[in-house]
Amino acid sequence: MAESVSVNVRLFALYRERLERDRLTLVVPPPATVATALAVMAEAHPRIGLLVDNTMVAVNHEYVDKTHALEDGDEVALIPPVSGGAGAVSTGSTRAS
Amino acid sequence: MAAKYTLITSDPLIPEQVTAQVRVPANGGVVTFLGTAREQTLGNRVLHLEYEVYEEMAVKRFHDIFQELADRWGVTDAAIAHRYGRLEIGEISMVVAVGTPHRKEAFAACWHAVDRIKEMAPIWKKEFFENGAVWVGCGSHAHEVEHAHAS
Repeated sequence: MAESVSVNVRLFALYRERLERDRLTLVVPPPATVATALAVMAEAHPRIGLLVDNTMVAVNHEYVDKTHALEDGDEVALIPPVSGGAGAVSTGSTRAS
Repeated sequence: MAAKYTLITSDPLIPEQVTAQVRVPANGGVVTFLGTAREQTLGNRVLHLEYEVYEEMAVKRFHDIFQELADRWGVTDAAIAHRYGRLEIGEISMVVAVGTPHRKEAFAACWHAVDRIKEMAPIWKKEFFENGAVWVGCGSHAHEVEHAHAS
């Protein structure tokens, strides 16, 4: 994880609408984890109003936690909470078993 | 022959076509569930709906669910179809069909599959009301209620 990686971000529902696009490329500096990607995403695209604590992430179509290490070319999907500005969102149950 | 059928489409769903995937001579019981676009959410009139599906991932979750049905009830024949895009009130958003040798397993497995789709599948629904619209995620009925009140 000493180097930056480039990942393909997929956006859905609320996040897609806010950025008016359904995918983008994101360069994630070390340590290249999901948590870092979310932080970079929030800073680079403030309009998305990213709710880091309430956003589920899937990498290459599998739910992962925030410590998951990213690799070049990974598809990183941001699974948005249900509605804009909402506080607590019960997406925990969507975590794959 | 075992059937594991998935369909994600913007075209109107045809229940008979999905059910047919699990209707084989070995199955004496077939249960088909239809999810349809409801006209209201807690008293708020819904004008129409829009569904969005992360297709590649949803298909994988559908196959995970098929595996659960196989593990728990020995199901070999199951089909899941989901629609995306704009739906009018009353239209079918989802069809789940399960066929088993006896009816009990078909009911139980179909019920389980529908619950798991709502929990696991990356599918979002946008409800359009007279005074706004709200995205509703999977496994988020509590918030569906909350936001319906707020709107």
